[in-house]
Amino acid sequence: MKQMNLLQAVNQALTLAMERDASVLCFGEDVGHFGGVFRATSGLQDKYGEDRCFNTPLTEQGIVGFANGLAAKGLKPVAEIQFADYIFPAFDQLVNETAKFRYRSGNQFNVGGLVVRTPYGGGIAGGHYHSQSPEAYFVHTPGLRVVVPRGPVQAKGLLLAAIACPDPVIFFEPKRLYRAAVAEVDEGYYQLPLDKAEVVREGSDITLLAWGAQMDYLLKAADLADNAGISCEVIDLQSLLPWDEDTVVESVLKTGRLLISHEAPLTGGFGAEIAATVQERCFLYLESPIARVCGLDTPFPLALEKRYMPDQHRIFDAINATMNF
Amino acid sequence: MTNPNNATITLVHRIRFVDGHGLTIPTFRLLKDDGHFYADAIAPELDKEQALAMYHSMVATRLLDERMLAAQRQGRISFYLQSLGEEAQAVASAAALAPEDMILAQYREQGALLHRGFTLAQFMSQLFSNEDDLGKGRQMPVHYGCRELNFMTISSPLATQIPQATGVAYGQRLAGESAITLCYFGEGAASEGDFHAGLNMAAVLKTPVIFFCRNNGYAISTPASEQFVGDGIASRAVGYGIRTLRVDGADTLAVFEATRQARQLMLDDPQPMLIEAMSYRLGAHSSSDDPSGYRSQAEEERWRKRDPIGRYRLWLQHQGWLNEDDDRRHRDELRRQILEAMKQAEQRAKPALESLVEDVYAAVPRHLERQLAGLKHPSSGRQGEDA
Repeated sequence: MKQMNLLQAVNQALTLAMERDASVLCFGEDVGHFGGVFRATSGLQDKYGEDRCFNTPLTEQGIVGFANGLAAKGLKPVAEIQFADYIFPAFDQLVNETAKFRYRSGNQFNVGGLVVRTPYGGGIAGGHYHSQSPEAYFVHTPGLRVVVPRGPVQAKGLLLAAIACPDPVIFFEPKRLYRAAVAEVDEGYYQLPLDKAEVVREGSDITLLAWGAQMDYLLKAADLADNAGISCEVIDLQSLLPWDEDTVVESVLKTGRLLISHEAPLTGGFGAEIAATVQERCFLYLESPIARVCGLDTPFPLALEKRYMPDQHRIFDAINATMNF
Repeated sequence: MTNPNNATITLVHRIRFVDGHGLTIPTFRLLKDDGHFYADAIAPELDKEQALAMYHSMVATRLLDERMLAAQRQGRISFYLQSLGEEAQAVASAAALAPEDMILAQYREQGALLHRGFTLAQFMSQLFSNEDDLGKGRQMPVHYGCRELNFMTISSPLATQIPQATGVAYGQRLAGESAITLCYFGEGAASEGDFHAGLNMAAVLKTPVIFFCRNNGYAISTPASEQFVGDGIASRAVGYGIRTLRVDGADTLAVFEATRQARQLMLDDPQPMLIEAMSYRLGAHSSSDDPSGYRSQAEEERWRKRDPIGRYRLWLQHQGWLNEDDDRRHRDELRRQILEAMKQAEQRAKPALESLVEDVYAAVPRHLERQLAGLKHPSSGRQGEDA
């Protein structure tokens, strides 16, 4: 075990994956000798050579198109998109190509070796284009897996699982926590299961659900609620597509209340999908409307970022409203 | 590189805008319209068997197209795309490759797949989306693919295969394979951003890929004059630092030789190459299109006279490798085989319902199991109910 932050955990996962499997390649903008703008790929080029860790020209659609080709050839590309805000030029390659490769070919070809890593989320004064949480766009696309870790232990285990997984994965890394989240991490190779939610804290009055950086606020809100005598069951969804319906449903059947929180805007956010599903499967058990505490339906703002963020105070207010319904 | 801008710096002291007109790209052509070589042309090394195989593939492509376009008109299949007038480009370029070379195609290169050995039954199964289709009946007609023949499955979004080809070729180089990738696309697709992405990455990353552009004058109704202003597609490669060649796409032997030499060059020295084949889309864009609304009969007639199959047949006859009786008998037999394959494919069942949720992922996830169960037992209530 070793103390490391989320970035170091990602770096160690990439190092281990490249060490174990010569078909793993890391590339993207500034990923090579420099080691990435956040230093996630630091040292990889020195260890594994320019053929396996390298810079690409500045073209997101090119990076993902190229990665699709590599993966179709049987390699395991781990492509980096520098900020999730800049993944949209590659949207066509991801949605029309990556996601449909296996299906459309009748399983003759697939890009299962593909992982796209990308830093996402606000809280770093990033304004419109260094703050976005675009996961809901991708969760609407059959054929992709979407995974978001909440801390160093999860980042390493889920990233290693994503690289080993026979399906293409978009891996969103919470950049607000890159250095802020520190934990004891097993230095060996390990995987955490994809498509499994984790019950982080057990409780009996209400289920709180989030993923990624939002787990930080959710746990703080659960502490505030605890002090107020409200017992929260806290779940980290971890994998958004496919998502672990059964764990969430089981929790809500027990608590009778659900609050979902995400940083992305409310409308069309993934919280809506979860709310609809839980309402269908837990209709007779729900004691209050399902609450969603999310970003506003605005572009991500700079000056009023702190007001925009669905932080522990907004979540705690919503817990109270739900409990007193 | 000695300078950080990676550009030539030759100082001048008077303004001189460069407009590219100084660059002229000639068109490589070996055969005259009468099927004889030009005086200074060098005949490609091609034995009788190879030469006839190319001819037969071109003829088979044309007959298949004729029959299946008619089948679409009769409502027997939902859609079709023919390659009338462009048969030589796909067949002769594919003929210059080795079987282990990877092909990524657009959707008008059935000749390449046919030449690689895709059977009439396989074509028909895809077109009729029956249970024998390698693609399990999921895509529109003409979206072929065959792992065994190293022919990547075609998709509709234009130009997406271009950066993918760069990735495949990078994988080939990394593995030290003596194989290359050939990527087909049209001059319209070359306007997509993925063209730029794929070519620039191929140049920078030194991948052995031939970008094969079919410049047939039209993207649906849009003439090339409304597609770009520069000198065709070939001129663009120069800006990317990619070797380039323009070839007469109606000259089977020129296309074959251009592709053969391009392949040889990049096996010895991995780097990309662009070939622009000049031709004319003699047919409609697809079964959903009528070109009479945007171009003249006279123009079509002019190009009909430059039929690639006709010119190549003359050369084969001069060689003494083809006589008219054999040719006619062969065509009649092909027509019979195509009709027979079509009738058989038409009678085959559609894919099983379960296949609807397979191959979305490597294994069928829980939520798709639920949705399939809901489809089978709609009375159970909501779509996601367990059966």
